[in-house]
Amino acid sequence: MINMSETYPSSGNVVPSSIAQVGIITKYTFLDYFRSRRFLVLAIITLLIGFLLTFAVGYYNPPGFRGGTSLNFYGNWWGSVTTFVVILSGIFFGGDAISGEFQNKTGYFGIPNPINRSSIYVGKWLAAFLASTIILGVFTVITLGNGIAYFGLDIPIEFWESVLFTWLYLVSVLGFTFFFSAVFKSSSIAILTTVILFLFVFGIIELVAGALAHVEPWFILTYGAAIISNVFLVPYPPHITVLEAGPLNLTTYTATIPQGIAIMAVYFIITFILGLLLFQRKEFT
Amino acid sequence: MANPSLEAVNLSKRFGEFPAVSNLNLKIEGSKCVGFLGPNGAGKTTTLKMFTDLIRSTSGQALINGVNVHTHKREALASVGSLIETPEIYPSLTPREALMMIAEIRGVPAAERTKSIEAAISEVRMEKWIDKRVGKFSKGMKQRICIASALLSNPSILILDEPTTGLDPRGMSEVRGIVKSLKGKKRLIFMSSHLLSEVAEVCDEVAIIDHGKLMIYDTIPNVTAKFSGGENLVEVGLNRPVDDALLDGTIAGLPDVLSVKKKDGKTLSIRFSGDLAVQERLLGDLVRLNIGVVSYKPSSSELEDAYLKLIKATL
Ligand SMILES: Nc1ncnc2c1ncn2[C@@H]1O[C@H](COP(=O)(O)OP(=O)(O)O)[C@@H](O)[C@H]1O
Ligand SMILES: [Mg+2]
Repeated sequence: MINMSETYPSSGNVVPSSIAQVGIITKYTFLDYFRSRRFLVLAIITLLIGFLLTFAVGYYNPPGFRGGTSLNFYGNWWGSVTTFVVILSGIFFGGDAISGEFQNKTGYFGIPNPINRSSIYVGKWLAAFLASTIILGVFTVITLGNGIAYFGLDIPIEFWESVLFTWLYLVSVLGFTFFFSAVFKSSSIAILTTVILFLFVFGIIELVAGALAHVEPWFILTYGAAIISNVFLVPYPPHITVLEAGPLNLTTYTATIPQGIAIMAVYFIITFILGLLLFQRKEFT
Repeated sequence: MANPSLEAVNLSKRFGEFPAVSNLNLKIEGSKCVGFLGPNGAGKTTTLKMFTDLIRSTSGQALINGVNVHTHKREALASVGSLIETPEIYPSLTPREALMMIAEIRGVPAAERTKSIEAAISEVRMEKWIDKRVGKFSKGMKQRICIASALLSNPSILILDEPTTGLDPRGMSEVRGIVKSLKGKKRLIFMSSHLLSEVAEVCDEVAIIDHGKLMIYDTIPNVTAKFSGGENLVEVGLNRPVDDALLDGTIAGLPDVLSVKKKDGKTLSIRFSGDLAVQERLLGDLVRLNIGVVSYKPSSSELEDAYLKLIKATL
């Protein structure tokens, strides 16, 4: 047997800085995304969505796309499915990021090393963010390809604004999915909670709060994220619309652009910090 | 560098109301292998988890080289290799990649990484699998990779939680061989086990825990001596049969020897009173008699009795 002590003196080891360790975690999480085909599967889903839209618009020519203005085109195209792509990214890359370390016991391999838990959390988050950004980039390219084919280089500024808002939405969705994956030790429960929240609960609360209780749903993430599609509307919709339908008063709230940015940013900051604190306190039992 | 050390100061862990570890005070220091022995559920894993940031103590501290693991984790674990329970490795990675991640985190210099990974992998005899994905590995194979990962960066402290469980008999003996070969060279090994024979074979000292409480911590002969009223038993292997006259006369008459028995033609079992120093001197006496001594080891059945007495006492 090899005598390790003689072959490799340990004097040369210097534990890298926490920042450098974040980079190491990001790198290997990324490698895992590629290896486990997680990235590939989501890329294929995104391409499929892109090609279906391309085909539908090219072949069926529905109103609001090729026929109208370029602003209309980008608004309908981008506004229709990007939030879906964002939520899928959040689930694919964030859903089990932390819970998996507990459920699959991979934490037992990494945690007992000279690395802070916060570096692991941040490193994994960055990997998820980078991977999702690439996916979002793919969808942006498909959108631009179609837009340029129909309208040339007439790309409205609102499109770029919306891309930026979508990116911010991605940041907050990933903060959120990481938070839930730190709450639950079971990955499937973490993912299920995220899906139910984004697909049903947020929407229902928004509706109940706004239309019925006449309370502005500023505390709902999707309310803020609506600026992704609203930014394409000219003029921008009023903050409050009251629809008088006989005895029933239906109030519709629309987040202003600064409001939307603030809601998404605050959601990210709060969920990110809470998730990090949870992960630091959580025990491997 | 100072002697490597592990210290528990009033270390306690409760799960709800249940005290898994109670007020553990234990300091182990120096280059040796200390067995952490106790029956299943005694609190061994719980203790080792507090030394590796997997769980937090309810009260008290876990110190490595004097540094608190919970508050200064990076410093405390800088030169620690560990294996706690049965970790899983990202299934899509190969052992080489998984170990490369650990080597980078621990700061193994870039130029040495490949060499140290290959050395660690060959130490656990997994060379053939180094570039295969971990996902398809058996439990025992993963256990070996995790042991290799603990060896990376040549740590001065090894914390091993039942490293042989989950392995087949050959694997068990291989892992014991690895642990034995890692002794010395300014390295402290703290290895838990519920197998007395394993601790007796591999370790120099033993800390016995039961129901979350430390029962005793001492060298193995001393522990045995304490529980056999200061008496000890050694087994002496001989190269050739010894005649009875010599046996009953000279050997039985050596200082501190209480009785001598012939187990078979070439194995003697000598009961003596005294500690390690006496045991050492006795070996010298026997060798000087020129009776062909080829082996000399404390009898494990004696330790077994001591262990059972201890465990019984806490029931
Ligand atoms: N998460 C937990 N919740 C409740 N009890 C636990 C938990 N983990 C361990 N225990 C209990 O603590 C005791 C010590 O467990 P452990 O340290 O794993 O023992 P050992 O490793 O010595 O076999 C056992 O009785 C076990 O049932
Ligand atoms: Mg155990």
